[in-house]
Amino acid sequence: MDTTAVSTGTDGKTWGGGNKPLGASYGKLMMWFFIVSDALTFSGFLVAYGFSRFKFINSWPIADEVFTHVPFFHGNYPMIYVAFMTFVLIMSSVTMVLAVDAGHHMKKNKVIWYMFLTIIGGAIFVGSQAWEWATFIKGDYSAVQTNGGNIIQFGEYVEVDGEQKFKRVAVSDFAVAAATERTQHQRKNGIWYSDEKPLPEFTVSDVVAGLEANKNILARTQIINEEGEKTVMSRQESIDMIKNNGKQVVSGANLVINEYGTNLFADFFFFITGFHGFHVFSGVVINIIIFFNVILGTYERRGSYEMVEKVGLYWHFVDLVWVFVFTFFYLV
Amino acid sequence: MAHAHKLEIFRGLIKFKSNTSKIWGVLLLLTIVTAVEVVLGIYKPEALMGQFLGMKGLNWIFIILTIVKAYYITWDFMHMRDETAGLRRMVVWTAVFLICYLVFILLQEGGYIERVYESGFIKRDF
Repeated sequence: MDTTAVSTGTDGKTWGGGNKPLGASYGKLMMWFFIVSDALTFSGFLVAYGFSRFKFINSWPIADEVFTHVPFFHGNYPMIYVAFMTFVLIMSSVTMVLAVDAGHHMKKNKVIWYMFLTIIGGAIFVGSQAWEWATFIKGDYSAVQTNGGNIIQFGEYVEVDGEQKFKRVAVSDFAVAAATERTQHQRKNGIWYSDEKPLPEFTVSDVVAGLEANKNILARTQIINEEGEKTVMSRQESIDMIKNNGKQVVSGANLVINEYGTNLFADFFFFITGFHGFHVFSGVVINIIIFFNVILGTYERRGSYEMVEKVGLYWHFVDLVWVFVFTFFYLV
Repeated sequence: MAHAHKLEIFRGLIKFKSNTSKIWGVLLLLTIVTAVEVVLGIYKPEALMGQFLGMKGLNWIFIILTIVKAYYITWDFMHMRDETAGLRRMVVWTAVFLICYLVFILLQEGGYIERVYESGFIKRDF
């Protein structure tokens, strides 16, 4: 074998071997391979979101009206919390890159400290994501879903600084609950292998009764008008719409129903932020493993902290994806 | 290679003394860009709400600012600035080309389906 290799006569030529055109180690290159393919997966998801949004361009939910909560505070604060989450993730990216930099200078204690901060940042982000999900699933004002699958929401005009503004009102604040005879299908009283989800608190006729009793309540459709707001119907239209087309009261969101608008919005929200959240979670786990390796002095003995650099690449990529998710879910 | 960081951003307009100070500089830049995005997203200035190339002007601003952020994350945090041109092109152009293709195909198709709905061939208002 040796003789064959020598007799090729390519020494000193470009294809003679030993050439490193990319100047990067195998591990780092493979991480880049993974990142490119994962980037394409994420763009597939985000573009699918764009596809569905373009399909319903005139009736898509307005993100500012959906994500308005901040933990421990009451009131309407669109975007503030997501902006905070974005900042936490960027900040943990910074501590990660500082850890990489400290690794280049073989400063073990600094690497430990920065890796620790990165892990904390990641944990805060995942926790925030969980809170965001919980709030989204629980819902806000409830709405009525029509037979055609459209979502009708309720509110009233209030005067804010001399201007008439449409303010949302929760279904539970005006619907008149009547005694109903509908019983929930449970395993003990129906087919033994299936049961039904909890019944909605209100029925469509409760909502109609509430609408008729409260003269100020109006319904609005999902159609976005020229001012970029959802179309508010007149009193008569509102009552007729619920009476003729109302199918069920929906509260919160899951993969089947969504009080904020089209179901697809909730589906994509769970799918894309969930997939990203899973990346952050696995990033935190990998960071923890590397963190302990650093403490144990594995890389000190190896003489190179390149492993920190490789997980760093992954961690920055997760941040990079969030920048896009943030734009396309919350801003655009 | 590990110690040879390029320490200038904005095509040499700003030069940093050390890699650490460059990192903080880039953090400052990313924070400012995010803050601008959030403020624009909350106040939605009327002047930017006009249609431009099939989208609201404001949305174009958001997308451009996002790409700016992506650039600095990749170039300075992921050290793409310090990699060889070959590696950089392999990663960036592959992704950019395929993503542009995806975006074009799917958004075009989404718009088409929207027009089918709008022209009333499929009833949805019930």
